[in-house]
Amino acid sequence: MIQMLKLAFRNLGRNRRRSFFSALAMGLALALLLLMASFIEGEMGNAIESTIRLQSGHLQVRAASYDEAKTSLKWEDLIENPEQVAAPIASLAPVAAATPRLYASGFITTRNEAAGVRVIGIDPNSEANAPYRQGMVEGAFLAPDDREGVLIGQSLARRLDLSTGDTVNLSVNTSSGDVDEQPFTIRGIYSTGTSGFDGLTVLLPLAKAQAFTGAENRASTIFVLLRDTSQTEAVVAALQAPGYKVLTWQDMNDLLIQTEQLSSSYMGFFYLIVLGIAATVIVNTQIMSVYERTREIGILSAIGMRGRRLMAIFLTECGLLAVGGILLGLIVGGVVIAYLTRYGFPLNFEGFGITGMLFSDTIYTRLTVQDTVQLTLMSFIVTLLAGLYPAVLASRMEPVAALRAER
Amino acid sequence: MEVAKVENVTRVYSVGKVETHALRGVNLTIEGGEFTALVGPSGSGKTTLLQLLGCLDRPTSGHVFISGKDVSQLNREQRADMRRGTIGFIFQFFALIPTLTAYENIEMPLLLNGHSGSDRHARITELLEAVGLGDRGASRPDQLSGGQQQRVAIARALASKPSLILADEPTANLDTPNGKQVMETMTRLNRETGVTFVFATHDPRVIEYARRVVTLRDGLVAEDKAVGKKS
Repeated sequence: MIQMLKLAFRNLGRNRRRSFFSALAMGLALALLLLMASFIEGEMGNAIESTIRLQSGHLQVRAASYDEAKTSLKWEDLIENPEQVAAPIASLAPVAAATPRLYASGFITTRNEAAGVRVIGIDPNSEANAPYRQGMVEGAFLAPDDREGVLIGQSLARRLDLSTGDTVNLSVNTSSGDVDEQPFTIRGIYSTGTSGFDGLTVLLPLAKAQAFTGAENRASTIFVLLRDTSQTEAVVAALQAPGYKVLTWQDMNDLLIQTEQLSSSYMGFFYLIVLGIAATVIVNTQIMSVYERTREIGILSAIGMRGRRLMAIFLTECGLLAVGGILLGLIVGGVVIAYLTRYGFPLNFEGFGITGMLFSDTIYTRLTVQDTVQLTLMSFIVTLLAGLYPAVLASRMEPVAALRAER
Repeated sequence: MEVAKVENVTRVYSVGKVETHALRGVNLTIEGGEFTALVGPSGSGKTTLLQLLGCLDRPTSGHVFISGKDVSQLNREQRADMRRGTIGFIFQFFALIPTLTAYENIEMPLLLNGHSGSDRHARITELLEAVGLGDRGASRPDQLSGGQQQRVAIARALASKPSLILADEPTANLDTPNGKQVMETMTRLNRETGVTFVFATHDPRVIEYARRVVTLRDGLVAEDKAVGKKS
């Protein structure tokens, strides 16, 4: 075996440049795959986290008849005395925060422009509002008793050319089915790093939102964040109560989960294409090598080397090319991914939030051990498979014909 | 003792509809310890006969026996096994593996035959000394002269102690002094080890070394005679 490795290694050394570029082809393919896998992992993982943090929570408790698509404000579709419903939920050990929220669709107008928005009434004291509180780029956060103030997202502020202290008119649908309109002062501007959310969402204190929409002492949902996502199912069981429905983040983000699964399928197809291209380079190199060494194959055969052993020599060469390529790929891919994990890759997903998926404006790659191991193994196996045809070609050469070959 | 025997052997090569009769019914017996030259003009069938004796090819009809075993119908792998254990080759071109040193080239058949490391080392050292290259074991083929390369090839052919060594025009690519040295090495090893040598040539200077000369013409044995040996 050691002699086989030595022979294979020296054979690759005959044409160092060609061997290097063959290994490089596989290495770059692996680096690209690792980058794509870490990009998708980072993008989708971040989208799920953002969606949970900003939009769906881990769980929501709603009135059984509440229809999210209609953003219903009818009293029978809302939760009455929501603080009393939220309090026992918040006391559960796995729950990090449970807070009432009221959703309404509306319209924001300035002197020159207008935009459709989603109005969310929040309890300003809740820890669930951390993403907005921590993302304040100007102005101050809302006070629970503020009757005239709103917060708007940074991308909405830019679109409408608004800043803190400006006055806007906000129109909302009300529980009675009418539309009400009031002037509000922008108390501050927040950024969650998710343009799709920031460009559409106006926040105001829950009490003001309840009064403005005519919901009175009611909320659309109890928004629940857990300490650990894996405990979602366990908490669901504890929250079941007559007249309410409990939705998990998976129930509320069906599209996002399907998109993640679809992207995984697409990536599998993409991996095969990239590895197929790299494999073509390896096949080409090894076939050239077989033809260049035809006479040597004849000599080895003449001194009694069996076809399987000849195959093994060429497959060992491929194995060494694969190892070299994998090392190159891990180094090149690792450096690029390490940079993008730290500094991110800027993308503009503004407008995507309307579909229910919240993509961050900056994608931070996230490389998992599983992806690294899987893709490395896949690259190794594909390289060996690529070397199979040239190896079989070498093993089936008739010694007489091989010995006649030109040098 | 009979080392090799061919009985009514024919070999026909077909290229499209054209058939070339390289051998037309050859009968020949090679006894142990012989130093035999196969001679004849180009196209007479020398190389084809060597290939059949060396289990590199199969006859179209007839039988080839090596050490008493009929090898005419062996498959590819069985023929490889037969070559590995019984037959050594020396080719016209200096058939060494360029990436291996002289030592490693000689080692290759020993590795294929599963010899231990210490056995291999002892045998290779002995063979390098025997062919006068005791100090060149670490040299790659491109660091050796043509004559030295051919002597390494002789050592490799002898490595597994075969009963038969076949040489196809072993001096054709060598100048006279190197050719002479190679032939003298072969005759000495034949004398000292008793291994059988059969070589194809049409070089009169090489034929002088043979003790038996088999002349082929148009795929048939035209003459088979014992001759005096140049020593």
